[in-house]
Amino acid sequence: MSFFEGNNMTGGYGKGPDIINSCSVKVDRGEIVSILGPNGAGKSTAMKAMLGLLNLKSGTILMNGKDISNLSPQDRVKEGISFVPQNRNVFSGMTVEENLEMGAFLIDNDYKLIIDEIYDLFPILKEKRSQLVGELSGGQRQQVALGRALMIKPSVLMLDEPTAGVSPIVMDELFDHIVKVKRTNVAILMVEQNAKQALNISDRGYVLVTGENRYSGTGKELLNDPRVRSSFLGG
Amino acid sequence: MDFLNAIILLLNYIFVPALAYGSQLALGAIFVTLIYGILRFANFATGDMMSFGTMFTILFTWYFQSVGISLGVLPTALLAIPFAIIFMIGYMLLIDKFVFKYYRVNKSPPVQLAMVSIGVMFVTQAVVRIIIGPSDRRFFDGEKFLIKAGEFKEMTGLNEGLAIKSTQVITILVTLILVSTLFWFLNKTKTGKSMRAYSDNEDLALLSGIDPKRIVMITWIIAGILATIGGALYGLDKSFKPFTYFNNMLPIFAAAIVGGIGNPFGAFLGGYVIAFSEILLTYAYRKFFMYVLPESMEPGGLVQLLSTDYKFAVSFSILVIVLLYRPSGIFKGKVL
Repeated sequence: MSFFEGNNMTGGYGKGPDIINSCSVKVDRGEIVSILGPNGAGKSTAMKAMLGLLNLKSGTILMNGKDISNLSPQDRVKEGISFVPQNRNVFSGMTVEENLEMGAFLIDNDYKLIIDEIYDLFPILKEKRSQLVGELSGGQRQQVALGRALMIKPSVLMLDEPTAGVSPIVMDELFDHIVKVKRTNVAILMVEQNAKQALNISDRGYVLVTGENRYSGTGKELLNDPRVRSSFLGG
Repeated sequence: MDFLNAIILLLNYIFVPALAYGSQLALGAIFVTLIYGILRFANFATGDMMSFGTMFTILFTWYFQSVGISLGVLPTALLAIPFAIIFMIGYMLLIDKFVFKYYRVNKSPPVQLAMVSIGVMFVTQAVVRIIIGPSDRRFFDGEKFLIKAGEFKEMTGLNEGLAIKSTQVITILVTLILVSTLFWFLNKTKTGKSMRAYSDNEDLALLSGIDPKRIVMITWIIAGILATIGGALYGLDKSFKPFTYFNNMLPIFAAAIVGGIGNPFGAFLGGYVIAFSEILLTYAYRKFFMYVLPESMEPGGLVQLLSTDYKFAVSFSILVIVLLYRPSGIFKGKVL
């Protein structure tokens, strides 16, 4: 049994059609797991289901062996699951430091030490601590988004396309940061469009097609699998 | 000497009144901007909520006067304001619970909430008229002037007098204290920051564990304080008439939009922008030019750009110009 798992999840948004069908995703602490697949495969939906942002018709979400299927997203955050959305994932009208403080909203005791840890992880944020996040570059904003999500010291970190819209150099840098976060014994689940680079740093991966698990395996296996290569990695 | 007289003239008829009027507008504009930024709708009941709070201030003032409590040189209303605020907050939380909450939970579009607030406006207006009536009321007591025009003339030997009403000084002081406390709260406290975060990005605020119910409640509490104090100061300085308060909504909205809606500091400055524009454009400059120009060039008419009846046209024009050319306001706010 894995640390955080979604088993046989089926469901969609509101009263609409099912987007994921009996989809299963598992991730352990200290592991990066990528969810890949073509557009509209339900990658983000699978992840949002695990956060509780949609009502599942069937399936269970387990964390550390405990069934959390009926908890609201806010309560799951309290359990230690952090989520970085794809769009609008920072408070752009607030400073870097205020963004981090808001990430620590649920922490009652002193969170100054955690902020220092985040600054050690992302040195550029320390430099820009009193600047408005809306004025930062795309890569720096993603670091703020990651930092905000890490403030609750999560055991599970979910990233929805963390490298969307940044240049290849910044992308490599972000992936480096994600690997650093993984080493702090966090379970990382991410949805990525840049499949090759994502699989390179992933311990395991899932390929979803039309809301169902199609292939799964270690990062290397998927990278070398001719079927995966031909359909998603461009040969 | 003539030059000094001209300056005193402008201070007396433009600067001091505009500063007081601007402070009153600023409080209303911050109210509008907070509701817009956090609850995400244009609250058309603003003017009438202010008149509702003022009504309670007047009722408490009458009560204190009847039992013989007064503040000496200061108006009794200052003592009544805290009690009025409590009733005002109660009224707002009640309205929120029975009216606005339903639309918020159903995620109604902002236009629908704005229409709902028009309904609230009519009801509030009616309640105020039933309780206190539509007529003009003065509830000021205590010392009226800090500096009288006559005394000033004697003191300085100038032809022009500078009269400073105590209500003007009270208005400006109370506004400064209230607004700086509010900015301290929004920028330095955890709750204040979480309100800004909620206004900035609602979804992310929820994901960070910020409780929306608490944010909404605190917003109404702050709004109640602003509406009561803003309304009471306006009533003390001028007079209380429900219809005037309803009319004041136009300059208040103009101030909030000029400052960039959703931006409290912008709304604060916007209040002064509107007040100064209204007074500068409707003042008759004849006497001023008589002081500064040689006798041969003395103006024949009043040298008044607009009649004071058109002061609302000034705020309306500013509103239209800002919306056309800079919809996010002078200071960056949300785009309407």
